[in-house]
Formats: sequence, C-alpha cells, structure tokens
Amino acid sequence: MSLSRPIEPIPFAASSGTAAFGRTLLGIAALIVVAFVLWWGFFFLRDSNAPKLVIAGAAIVWGAAGLAYIYLGLAWLVGRMPLGWRVRLEPFVFVGPGILTVFYFLALPTVRTFIASLFNRDGTVFIGLANYVSVLTEPFMLVTFRNNLMWLIFGAGLTVVFGLLVATLADRSRHENLVKAIVFMPMAISLVGAGVIWKFIYAVKDESEAQIGLLNAIVVAFGGEPQAWIAQLQPWNNLFLIVIVVWLQTGYAMVLFSAAIKSVPTELLEAARIDGAGEVRIFFQIIVPSIMGMIITVTATVIIFTLKIFDVVIVMTGGNFGTDVIATQFYNQYFVNRNFGLGSTIAIVLLILVTPVVVYNLRQFRKSELR
Amino acid sequence: MRPAQEQRSGRFVVNLVLAILCILWLLPTFGVFVSSFRTRDDVQATGWWTVLPHRQWVTVERIAPGEVDPSGAMSFAGVTGTFEELRRGVTAPDGRRVVWMGNRRRGEVVVQESQWISNANFTLRNYADVLTGKQYEIVDADGNKYTLQGDNLAGAFLNSLAVTVPSVFLPLIIAAFAAYGFAWMDFPGRRFAFAAMVALLVVPLQIALVPVLSDYVHLRLNGTYLAIWLAHTGFGLPLAIYLLYNYIAALPREIFEAATVDGASHLKIFTLIVAPLATPVLASYAIFQFLWVWNDYLVALIFIGSQPDVQVITMRLAEIVGSRGNDWHLLTAGAFISMILPLVIFFSLQRYFVRGLIAGSVKA
Repeated sequence: MSLSRPIEPIPFAASSGTAAFGRTLLGIAALIVVAFVLWWGFFFLRDSNAPKLVIAGAAIVWGAAGLAYIYLGLAWLVGRMPLGWRVRLEPFVFVGPGILTVFYFLALPTVRTFIASLFNRDGTVFIGLANYVSVLTEPFMLVTFRNNLMWLIFGAGLTVVFGLLVATLADRSRHENLVKAIVFMPMAISLVGAGVIWKFIYAVKDESEAQIGLLNAIVVAFGGEPQAWIAQLQPWNNLFLIVIVVWLQTGYAMVLFSAAIKSVPTELLEAARIDGAGEVRIFFQIIVPSIMGMIITVTATVIIFTLKIFDVVIVMTGGNFGTDVIATQFYNQYFVNRNFGLGSTIAIVLLILVTPVVVYNLRQFRKSELR
Repeated sequence: MRPAQEQRSGRFVVNLVLAILCILWLLPTFGVFVSSFRTRDDVQATGWWTVLPHRQWVTVERIAPGEVDPSGAMSFAGVTGTFEELRRGVTAPDGRRVVWMGNRRRGEVVVQESQWISNANFTLRNYADVLTGKQYEIVDADGNKYTLQGDNLAGAFLNSLAVTVPSVFLPLIIAAFAAYGFAWMDFPGRRFAFAAMVALLVVPLQIALVPVLSDYVHLRLNGTYLAIWLAHTGFGLPLAIYLLYNYIAALPREIFEAATVDGASHLKIFTLIVAPLATPVLASYAIFQFLWVWNDYLVALIFIGSQPDVQVITMRLAEIVGSRGNDWHLLTAGAFISMILPLVIFFSLQRYFVRGLIAGSVKA
C-alpha cells in the first residue's frame, strides 16, 4: 500500500468570449439552486411525517443525486477556471467532502471526547485525571477489564485457531466450497440475531420440565442437572458469550487464511512431501511461516473486533452476572448512569487499547510508501 | 501402512473433522429455523429436535386414584408400588409404565406406552404474529384467551431498509471521489490526510458517538433517518476510501496519461473510465456496508433511541429479547426475519464480499 504518483495536469485551451462566461454564470446559478434544494431537503427529511418508503425514496434522491450533482457541478466549475486555480482547487472538490465528513464524524469527536473525559459527571467542573483514576481502580472496572482480557485470549485466540483449522482442512477436501460456505454463513447474521440463536441453545427450564435448550438437554440426557449457563459459574459464564463471537467470526478468519494458504507455492509443499515430511510438520514449518503476515493481520482485526464487543453482551446479559465489557460499561455509564465524564473516559481507554494497531498500520503504510 | 492407504485414511479424518465442524456451525441456526415454525405450546414444552421421529412415553390412560392410602403400597393397572416408586414410574410386565402425577393428596395415575412419535406440527402463525403491528389473540393450553400486541417487525424491516439503502450509497459516492483524488491528484497535505484515514480505520465508534449525539440534539436531528444516514456515512468512510483507493490506485497509469493527453478532465476520467472499471470494488464495499448497517445495533440504539416508528429490526429484536425473553416461538421467528435479507444478499454476492474482505485486510 503506497500513495501513487499523481498525474500531471495538462493545460487545455479554455474557451473564451461572452458565451462561455454566460454558461459559467448559468452553472453557478444551477449550483446555488441545487444547494438550496438540498438545504430544504434536509428540513423536509428531518421533519416530514410522510410514509417511510416515501422518505427513504426522497432520501436516496436527495442524498445520492444531490451529492453527485454537487460533485459534478463543482468539478465542472473548477474545470472552467484558469489552469493555476484549476490545479489548486480541483483536488479539493474530489477529496474535500470525504475529508470533511471523516473529520467531523471521527477525528473531531476524539478530541471532544478527550476533553469531556477531564470533566465531572455533568461536564461542569474540570477534574483533571480523576476519571482515569477511577477507571483504573473501581472494582466494577477491574471486573470489566478482566472480562475483556478473557474476550481477547479466548475470543480472538479461538477464532484464529478455528479459522486456521478450517482453512487448512478444507484445502484438502473435495467439499471445500460447501464447508467454507457453512462456516462463513454466520458472518451475515447480526450479533443481536446471533444472541437470540445462542440464548435458545443456553435456555434453561426447571428440572421437572423437559429442557428446550440444546445444551441443557444434552446435560440432562447424560444425567446432569440443568444450568443457567450465562448467569452462573462466574467468571466462566463469559466463555458462553465468547463462543458466540467465535462462531460468528471464524468464517472471516477462515476466508483470509484460505486465500493465503492457496498462495503458498505448491512446489514448496511437494518438495517437503518428497523429503518425507508429515502433514503436521508441513503445516507448522511451511504453511504457518509462509502466511505469518496474514495471521498477524487477522489476529489484529479480530482483536479490535472483540475489544469493541457490545451487542452480544447487551442482548445476552445486559452486562449482569459479571459479564460487563468496556463497550457495555461505556454505554451503561454514559447513557444509563448519565456520568458523562466517566463514560467519555472509558471511550478514551478503548481508544488507547487499539492504539498499538493504529501505530502498526501506520508503520506498514509508511514502509510501503518508501518502496 | 502403504502411502495410498495412508492418504485415504488421512482424507477420511479430514472430512470427518470438517463434518463435525459443519454440524456445530449449522446446528444453532437450524434449531432456530425449525423452532420458528413450531406452535407456541410445542416450543415451550419440547425441544426442537423432537420433530424428528423418536421413542417417547405417551399417555394412553388416565386413572383417578380414588380413595387410596398414599402412605402404603397401592395397586393400579396391574402394578403395585409405594408412592415414591409410583412417582418415579413402575414398569408393568407388558412394557407399559404407570406413573403417579402430582403430589400425595391431589394427583392422578397415568398409564404410558413407549411409542415412535414426532412432534411435527408446523405453522406460520409465529411469523404472522411477530410481523404484525396490530393486536392478536392467543388461546393457551387451558383454553384461556389473551389479547397481545404484535411486535410490528414488518414495520421495523421497512425501517431497516430505509436506513440501510441511503447509508450504503452516500459513503460510496463520497469515497469514490475521494479515493480518486488521493490516487491521481496532487494537493498539499495529501500524505497526511491519507495517513489519517488509515489511522481512523480502526478507531472505536464509542469515541465518536457522544459528541455527534450532542450536536444532533442541538440540530433536532435525533431519532430521524437523516441522523443515522449521516452517522453511518461518516463512520463508514475511512474503510470505503481505503478499499476504493487500493483498487483505483492500482489501475494502469497509461490509461490516465493517455486520457489526459487527449484533453480529458479529471471529472471525465473519473466518470467515464474509473467508475466503470471500479465496479467490482464498488460492489464489494456496497455489500460490506449493507451487511454492516443492516446488522448494526449500537449506532441505531444511540441515534434512533426510543423512537418506535423509526426503530430498525435489530433494535426491535433486542427489545423483544428484553421484554418477552421466554416467548421463543416469537424470538426464533423474529431472528429469522432479521437474518433473511442479509443471508440472501450474502449468498448471492459472496464472491464480491470475499474479494472485498481480502482487499480490506491491511496487508502486512
């Protein structure tokens, strides 16, 4: 990944005369009209009580068509300017809206959240780093961090292991595509939907009744007692939530590993086989080292995903029974307890935790740019 | 073992492990799928796997105990036993089983036979009940009638569509222009801006939710479609720009040089050459963003909040989990309704999706 060398603009003969000037004026007028319609559309879309599909349709026209028109109109306008101005302004027509949007929705809020984290619960009194002290010392936060650590070790770890296992085995099977489609399928399911699916597996009924949850039915069939899996056995109940995300994410890891394994040169594998190396040895000494880059990439992605995990915990336990994680704690502190300072601090802690990956990505980016 | 034999047994082990994994991966969804078609009472009383034929004790006769002394031995239907023995069930010589149901004072004796049965009564009622926004009536096992409020998943489904479609197209358009600009135009701050995009790829959303929310409150945008479209656009852009950039920057340089020499402007090159060439990656991102927005819960929860007429399907489903978490007949049907569109899109366009995933992983 590197930034490509831009192409040099070529001056072309700008048409002159009053006709061209008139057209330019007309273009500006059209742009102003469209901008006005978009502005009005904003209020229409915000305040309208029209049926959903009408609003959605209007929005697609408003957003997509209006946006495209703005781009095309501005680019056209800039294209009519003298060469110097054209070269200077044209790039901003292309990248400006994107940069501004990302700046407003992601970059600026990071600063604003950091500032909020230095204030008290309703944002009126500056309290310095006091929120950070409570985040690192409060017992409920320590439970939260312990849970996130479990998510990291078991969630990310098992996802990578299962992804590698399925990718390697499927590569040797005639039913590769079927297997991959089945393991990949949960990727299309929302975490909320996955929560419902697994809650049904963990469902528990009184001992005197028939168990309708698969796990308890198996336990009872073998003579055990039904358990409330996600409420008891703390902190190990977290593992029953982690299983859900492993089930969901293994497909992602598998697809990327599978692509990487296919690019390992076959000559290398065949040479090893001729030398009498077993399949297990080939896996650990040839395949794993060759796809190490991909393993790091997938692990980093999965770690970030598990660090931010929210939906599953909210749906399964709401953070009760000692299952809170950073993202649910953020939600509970900010929106339920209305402690704005502490909530913002937790968000910043989450940001700090992903920073190593950010730095790694940037380093990769810079390295490839030098080439 | 000879090599050929070894290979065959090796392949058998591979396929066996894969088969077990596939069953593990399919079973949870399959159970929900089957349950969503079972009647309310069946779902509550028996596991979904009982739709398969199995041997089960079936009551063939009920006997009122009458005046017996539960403290001593009692005789019914040809078997004799104490209360404790009968509670556990006593097997008669003909293979039938006699069980005392209930407690010592009030109870009945049932005679059961082991039979092959399958609880395969299927219905579409759950889907109708969970989709409707109107009230409906149910009759429970004892014959009591209840009127219940439908969960209006049909409305939530439309809301999800209304939220998702613009949330896919807006970032797609903005990102296509930006990716082209980053790839083939020069401007001050280009490297820095692109590095910032790469850095923001993995920044957690939680950091951005609150400041944006407070602006939305000031603009009275909260709880509207517009609010969530713009939010998804902003949050989705770094990945979109990154993904499209990788593709557009890798297009052969000669195309651009030739077009420029012919006097084509950037706008012409973009609309006439780059956009058509980039269709595969545009499709990849569109699917990616579609699945992400459709399945999103957090962003909807924050920016739509408690507006019932704007709520998307993941929110409705999560609410049903919270308010009637034991109504499995509704939950399973609801979960399936929420999954159906992403599954269809996913399987019909899997090729593009996989390509996008591979391109989107930051290459090491």
